[in-house]
Amino acid sequence: MEARGASQRGPMLGAGRPSPWVLGLVPLALIAIAVVAFAVLGVPGLGERRGPPVEELLVEQTTLRPGQIELTVRNDGPDPVEVAQVAINDAYASFGASDREVGRLEAKTFTIPYDWVEGEAYELFLLTSTGGTIEHEIEAAVATPENDLGFFGLMALLGVYVGVIPVAIGMLWLPFVRRIPRKGLRFLMALTIGLLAFLALDAVLEGTELFGEEAGAPEAFGGMALVFLGAFLAYVALAAVQAHIESRRERAKAAGAGGAYLALMVAVGIGLHNLGEGLAIGSSYAIGALALGTFLVIGFAIHNTTEGLAIVAPMAERPPSLGRLVALGLIAGTPAIVGAWIGAAAFNPSVAAFLIGAGAGAIVQVIQQLIPSIRDRGGRALYPASVGGMAAGVAILYVTGLLVGG
Amino acid sequence: MIAGLAPVFGAAAAAKLAGVGGDLAAAPAVAAAETGRPHARSPGHGVPGHGFQAGRTVDHAANGFDPSEILRDFDMGKTRRLPSGRLLREWEIVAEDKEIEVAPGMKFAAWTYNGRVPGPTLRAREGERLRIKFINGSEHPHTIHFHGIHPAGMDGIDEAFGGGSVATGKSFTYEFDADPFGLHLYHCHTSPLAAHIHKGLYGAFIIDPKKGRPEADELVMVMNGFDTNFDASNEVYAVNTVGFHYQDEPIKVKRGELVRIYLANLLEFDQINSFHTHANFFQYYPTGTSLEPAEFTDTIMQAQGQRGILEMRFPFTGKFMFHAHKTEFAELGWLGFFEVED
Repeated sequence: MEARGASQRGPMLGAGRPSPWVLGLVPLALIAIAVVAFAVLGVPGLGERRGPPVEELLVEQTTLRPGQIELTVRNDGPDPVEVAQVAINDAYASFGASDREVGRLEAKTFTIPYDWVEGEAYELFLLTSTGGTIEHEIEAAVATPENDLGFFGLMALLGVYVGVIPVAIGMLWLPFVRRIPRKGLRFLMALTIGLLAFLALDAVLEGTELFGEEAGAPEAFGGMALVFLGAFLAYVALAAVQAHIESRRERAKAAGAGGAYLALMVAVGIGLHNLGEGLAIGSSYAIGALALGTFLVIGFAIHNTTEGLAIVAPMAERPPSLGRLVALGLIAGTPAIVGAWIGAAAFNPSVAAFLIGAGAGAIVQVIQQLIPSIRDRGGRALYPASVGGMAAGVAILYVTGLLVGG
Repeated sequence: MIAGLAPVFGAAAAAKLAGVGGDLAAAPAVAAAETGRPHARSPGHGVPGHGFQAGRTVDHAANGFDPSEILRDFDMGKTRRLPSGRLLREWEIVAEDKEIEVAPGMKFAAWTYNGRVPGPTLRAREGERLRIKFINGSEHPHTIHFHGIHPAGMDGIDEAFGGGSVATGKSFTYEFDADPFGLHLYHCHTSPLAAHIHKGLYGAFIIDPKKGRPEADELVMVMNGFDTNFDASNEVYAVNTVGFHYQDEPIKVKRGELVRIYLANLLEFDQINSFHTHANFFQYYPTGTSLEPAEFTDTIMQAQGQRGILEMRFPFTGKFMFHAHKTEFAELGWLGFFEVED
């Protein structure tokens, strides 16, 4: 095919035909002409939309300070929205804003002086100029932590406890992994696949949950599709990286380097996953929803210890240097700190969905790469021991996941 | 209530309402502490309290009516003697679709009588012959159903109830006797009823007793509400349409002078409404059909369509709050002040 195509292209260019670039632009030019004609002819449906304006506002951030509630809203709909009044718990409240109109995709902050009571629930209504209402619930009012240095320090500490320490502890399984027989190692690799499969599923659910009825993240930026876009892009990007490395490796005939590479990929995938966990912790802490803080951190810590095992399992045959081990641990663990910071300071559900989706895509790619390592002498990937290992991996995360309360 | 609460939220709503109960008493205290004078207006001062966003008011000129003027605006119609010697009183009422501002910045697609909500306060005297020419300038069929004693053909109900509504561009003349004396209402009686009433087609209808009532500063207050987001519950509660209007512009009355309030409840979607005055009591004449008061109180309750006459004198000067003693309505707009002066 390649050869024939090339041989055909030669004579065509030689005969003075337009270059392929010009040919490629022809359909685009036709589309542009059609669009202009459509607009100029005033085809019904263009221009003014019939019916009342569509008013969609999403509360992106709620900040509670003593005697004051701050709402940051984003206009997710096609039309600008004017916030005329604000009511809290069926009572109008005075509020401050330099400009009440929120343009499309724009975000505005409204400050409402209100003597809220800690632990109580509040139902907030933004009433628009057309009389429409946008509802937002504060399930339990808690003062929002100030974004000062101490707060970032606390978030970093949470990230270390949830990401870095558990992963590092898990990696201490390396000596054990090195001493077990081949059969046992295959089981461990299967276990790792089970762990990762659970994490991938968990990430997809977590990402899509951002756009549920309750959470209400904006749809205008792609909504739930962002999770899958992130997953797809991460998958193909890692696949490309793998293909590139493999082609170099073939030339170098370094057949044994696979373990280190796999470990790196696992670390990257887990790192993205931990970024998602960090985001979850940080954002729930920021919005005051981290009521069970200590318990949540303990749960995540136990849950994440197994991730360390997943990183070291591929390196059983050729032990890496200590520096490399530390680097892998940091790649997998530190994103939790970054995630906590981002989640607490500037949580953006759309970005979070994309990153969480990317984590899932990366994990799926890693699973695909791990599969050869569980093949037995007959070349089978699915046999009782490997299936048992995968099931055990899923079960471990399921049970430890219960500690975090789902 | 702003949201039409589903049963699943019942418990939460109950808890929420319980939590709100104490606010009304607490908020003025906060204002007083900060400004050093009682009943300081909270909006505009940036302190927590009732009211709309600071510094915003409704554009009354654009609305075409001002609640402060509606208070003392009695439409006596035109009169002439019939050959029998009896007095004939005539009005012309036009139904009109109109967007009105019911709270600062919040528009509501209203249906009005004579371009205002509530419609004109029609006032006649017991025993007169009344003739009301109704012209429907709205895009929807409407009627005027008067409360009072009259023949079936003059009852203003639509086809669904065996009567007939007035189509767009058509007119109909209602004619009946002013009977009995008291405070009555009129409203559209076309299906669907809730929509035709709550969109603004209603008004007060006063029939004075033959011998009249004692001289007084007379005020009309029609308690109403608006469902701006079509969820069968009200977002704004008010007296004479604009929420918190009489908080921003208190009703000025003279100390010691008899004040007579014609109070009617046209609120849709909520079962009951109420009226409470601070620091004072009033004589209450339910439906105004008796010249003897039924009760001396400071709080009364009215279901939709109920009305009555209140008579009171203010012994002290100063600002005195009045509001629905259903706290939620009060905090959603149904709250105002009397300003008593010498």
